[in-house]
Amino acid sequence: MQARDPGARRDPAASLLVGLIVVAVIAFGGLSPTRFFAPGTWRAMAFQLPELGILTLAMMIPLVSGGLNLAIIATANLCGLVMAAVLTRLIGVASPPGAVAGAIALALSAGLGAALLVGLLNGFMVSVLRVHPILVTLGTMILVNGISIAATHGGVIGGFPPAILLLGNGTVLGVPVSLLLFGLCAAGVGLLLARTPFGVGVRMVGSNERATRFSGVNTTRVLIGVYLSSSTLCWVAALVMIARFNSARAGYAESYLLITILAAVLGGVDPFGGFGRVRGVVLALCLLQVISTGFNLIGVNPRLSEAIWGATMVAALVIARIRVRWAGRLSSPDQASTLASPGGP
Amino acid sequence: MRERLTSLGRSHEARLAVIVLAIAAFFAVEAPGFPTLANLMDLLEGRAVLAILAAGLLVVLIAGGIDISCAAVAAVSQYLVALCLIRWTGNWALALLLAAGFGAALGAVNALLIHALKAPPVIVTIATMTFYFSMLIFLTKGVSLYDLPDWFTVKVSILGVPLPVAMAAAVLGATAFLLRRVSLGRQIFGLGGNPEAARRMGCNVAGLQVFIYGFSGAMAGLAGLVQAYRVEEVAPSALIGRELDVLAAVVLGGASLTGGRGTVGGTVLGIVLLAMLHNGLTLMGVSSYLFGSVTGLLILLSLAATSVSQGRPQKGGRHAG
Repeated sequence: MQARDPGARRDPAASLLVGLIVVAVIAFGGLSPTRFFAPGTWRAMAFQLPELGILTLAMMIPLVSGGLNLAIIATANLCGLVMAAVLTRLIGVASPPGAVAGAIALALSAGLGAALLVGLLNGFMVSVLRVHPILVTLGTMILVNGISIAATHGGVIGGFPPAILLLGNGTVLGVPVSLLLFGLCAAGVGLLLARTPFGVGVRMVGSNERATRFSGVNTTRVLIGVYLSSSTLCWVAALVMIARFNSARAGYAESYLLITILAAVLGGVDPFGGFGRVRGVVLALCLLQVISTGFNLIGVNPRLSEAIWGATMVAALVIARIRVRWAGRLSSPDQASTLASPGGP
Repeated sequence: MRERLTSLGRSHEARLAVIVLAIAAFFAVEAPGFPTLANLMDLLEGRAVLAILAAGLLVVLIAGGIDISCAAVAAVSQYLVALCLIRWTGNWALALLLAAGFGAALGAVNALLIHALKAPPVIVTIATMTFYFSMLIFLTKGVSLYDLPDWFTVKVSILGVPLPVAMAAAVLGATAFLLRRVSLGRQIFGLGGNPEAARRMGCNVAGLQVFIYGFSGAMAGLAGLVQAYRVEEVAPSALIGRELDVLAAVVLGGASLTGGRGTVGGTVLGIVLLAMLHNGLTLMGVSSYLFGSVTGLLILLSLAATSVSQGRPQKGGRHAG
């Protein structure tokens, strides 16, 4: 994938998603124009998107490498709890600004440290011990959740300084800070995957790990990097989460875990690994957000919109399959290979 | 003979059995009330639903697939069976048949999608899981069913063994028979070991997959029925999130995600090990808040041990970098 390959401009997955978003916006706009196009609705969407968005990016990198990270939510909650514990212990009502800033810096680094530890454990087990990523991250998910629950007994830690809350509820020129954070993360992951040697390594490992190793790439280092960066994104997501709720607890956002996989695959990430663009993932997230907000506005149970997400996912797979068939018939083996590889869980 | 003994000593099941026995011995000494028949039955009864789900998942894993939707299938078929029984009443045979039938149908949908879309099973079954669970909660509005027929909820035990445990034993026995004694079982192992080779040997891969996911669905249906019997109500959200517990137990029992490996014995040991740990620790007065960490650590250690004993660690990995 060169900087200017012609396929990038007419990316069929992206145009399909843009089309679907337009259809969804027109449909919901038609059903409830006054409420759907109200500024408040779009503001609400802008505040809801980043949390799932950053977590989906954390899922996306392992997916592109041919793996999966089931521990993302658990990692984010552990980071949130670590940061919350440091913040609430060190900051009193009468703390001077300097002490508050110091405590925040300490909390952020402690949270990042916790995230990196989990990422290192995942990366080590996947790359050196060669255990399947689903199993490794299932184990770390249970372990990390267990640690969070053992430490807090399932309780809530809350009450943070305004500087932290700003991340969840503040705006800059009308744009939510959390959305800006998500934009930064998306741009960062996009650059990382598309423009760096590490990103090339990740995509190669996702396509064929053994061939990548034999062609001289240090796959161990790449895989450890994959899980470290995934964990780092969990840490950012944790920041947004604790700021939005003004509290941290084991078990927040647990229902997002499998949704992030749907969002990434809907966004064109090849579930067998090797391919995936951040642009598609961002579009998929926008689509899911429009669907859930739209259904919410016309008074449909949020559960039904989740069911629609599942159905959208299957529909996307169907469309991808049809496209592969067509591409195959129109003699473009290049595209046909994307989704047609056999087997594997 | 000696060869058989050494190969037995090296198997995952044998090591797991030693660990289970050691832990049982430890709790028998340390935890008052642990080594009684009543406690053993309690312990097993609490895990019967999980065990039945695990039987289905085991078969899917051996065939090289994965079924994340099993808990959702259990919840949906449980609700459907309960509706049928409440409206038209019935008997046990009918209830079992309906549960297995609904489950098999819902499970077979996975196979059809996987086969038609050439998509990875994990993605397809996550999508169906999301769809089944959310449709169930949406259509039922989360309302539980309590007015189950009296014949259904009356507590039965066979020779002192509670019905759920007997049911789990029967299901696991049947699964072992399927895997070990029937040619279909060999085909399932073959499909997991090498799908292309299985196809060239003349396996009907599509049909086999419908059977495998249908079997997992049928087991899920039965598990849902047993769950309803145990708690005497049908709550749509009762089984949400259980799919990963099942996966953890099966994996602890030695099944791999790459297919072709796994035994019913190992799965049973995995379930018993987790059940015993929780039960024994509770009896010793250890806080239940620690269970998650213990379970997670156990799974990671088991994965690491399996990997090391199979010599799978990457040679270049350690000194590279």
